[in-house]
Amino acid sequence: MKPGKGFKIFRVVALIVVVLSLVAPLIWMVAASFKTNVDIYDSSKAVVFTPTLDNYNTVLQQANYVQFIVNSLWVAFAATTLSLLLGVPAAYSMSRFNMKKSALVVLMARIIPGVSLLVPWYYVFSNLRMVGGFSVLILSHMFVSLPLIVYIMMGYFDGLPDELEEAALVDGLTPIGAFRRITLPLSVPGIATAGILSFIFSWNNFMFALVLSGASTKTLPVAIFDFVGYASIDWGGLMAATTVVTLPIMLIALFVQKYVVSGLTAGATKG
Amino acid sequence: MSAVSAPERATSSASVMPDTPGWARWANDHRKWLFAAPAMAFVAALIIFPLAWTAYLSLTDSSGSVRAESEFIGFRNYVDVLTDTDRFWPAVARTGAFTGVALLVEVVLGMAIALLLWRPFRGEKWVRVAILLPLVATPVAVGMMWRLIFDPNIGLANQALGWVGIGPQPWLAGQHTALPTTIFIDIWQWTPMVVLILLAGLTSLSDEPQEAAMIDGASAWQRFRHVTLPLLMPTVIVAVLLRGIDALKTFDILYATKGRGGGSFNEVETLNVYAYGLSFDYNEYGLSSTVLILFFLLIIALMWVLTARKKKEEAGR
Repeated sequence: MKPGKGFKIFRVVALIVVVLSLVAPLIWMVAASFKTNVDIYDSSKAVVFTPTLDNYNTVLQQANYVQFIVNSLWVAFAATTLSLLLGVPAAYSMSRFNMKKSALVVLMARIIPGVSLLVPWYYVFSNLRMVGGFSVLILSHMFVSLPLIVYIMMGYFDGLPDELEEAALVDGLTPIGAFRRITLPLSVPGIATAGILSFIFSWNNFMFALVLSGASTKTLPVAIFDFVGYASIDWGGLMAATTVVTLPIMLIALFVQKYVVSGLTAGATKG
Repeated sequence: MSAVSAPERATSSASVMPDTPGWARWANDHRKWLFAAPAMAFVAALIIFPLAWTAYLSLTDSSGSVRAESEFIGFRNYVDVLTDTDRFWPAVARTGAFTGVALLVEVVLGMAIALLLWRPFRGEKWVRVAILLPLVATPVAVGMMWRLIFDPNIGLANQALGWVGIGPQPWLAGQHTALPTTIFIDIWQWTPMVVLILLAGLTSLSDEPQEAAMIDGASAWQRFRHVTLPLLMPTVIVAVLLRGIDALKTFDILYATKGRGGGSFNEVETLNVYAYGLSFDYNEYGLSSTVLILFFLLIIALMWVLTARKKKEEAGR
């Protein structure tokens, strides 16, 4: 169907408004990260200002940020890998054998408010002397990743025809062999989708790390708060810190846009 | 689902292979649970004990330290919480207002934007990029970014109001403007999610009903109201479910913009922020567990209502 001319003009204007309101605040954030605190306070320097790298120097040198970047990368990577190892076979089973109730157990993790689990977790993990270590952070982030991965992969496996596996069985492969050599290679796009989304959500997760991380295992979203003092805020440093957190994940998302979108909308159209 | 009949055939073909070792055959025959059990065990271990413990704690006067002795006090916490008109009920109201308003605006706005994007146009790619940016941005960072923009003295928001001759607003700093401002931030970050979901739903609709309605002379609004919207309803409910659950649990943005306790007047203290504060700032584990159990029941009830609605919607098609 062809839209009319009036609608076309209206659409262009409306979409410009939408795009600007989504992008402008982010540009503002990045711009502020290149301003001195004096320039941030000066409204005449809102658009035209002399950029400086001072804030990034503060962030990267004084605040030990490199350590926190490595922490975030490691936690998100480990949680994603382990969740894929557990989640992909589980999703396969739940899809092929139609285990709706079992799937519900895993998806419950999406529904329960994280705080209601944190007190007991804190109790158990502090008794095990794990609080402040990486293992407990990775475990808690897996709790976010795993349900996501199961949800996405179940939808993906539902869409793969059984016939290919059946043909492989006739050719003499065992069912597990058929899963490993036929289904898994075919699922690479789905696994990529699930993995990328899991990485993003783990990278962005805040509440679990806020309670369970220690001074040396802090992840980036928690470390941002180092720039918020009781009396005043180092706005330049803070905006540099937020840029350091958001920019990498945005760039990743832009390069693999297709996967991110299909992951975010997984299961939406099946009704 | 066509997958239902597959397992029988698959299992029987496993046992016809004579050269597979015993353990491999056992693994193949039991792969259903071999595959599913580890993930389920992991989630269950991290959910079931904690939930049971939270339920137990809600019946005790546990406070101070998670290791401290506590006494079983029955339902006294529940009486205390449910009669608490200072913190609990205002937090319930804020949670309801936050979720209700954010969800309503996100769905209406999301629908409008999704309809704009529905038919192909030039520059589509750039719009999609813009839509993706807020979604993948770290929520805490988003909160901080808006905190600068909404700063009463130096923020862009008041500068912009100044250009059009409107006086400065307190935004996040005001007792009555803070909650609406955080709702705005949630809308900024998550409307794109609704757009993506609805767009996926729209593109999967077939064109015929639309064309038929057009031939019958239906106006654009009539086509949307009586053809597109009813067909899209299941997708709308999925979007409402997904966004609703997350909006109820909002924490990052509130903590980033207002800090602990939701501000000095608790002006953005939702159930989630309240429970977090009770647990980790005041160490009132008994009370916080009670709030959490009530919160949990509320979420389950809402889920149940919405899923029932979704089933009805599907049955009616």
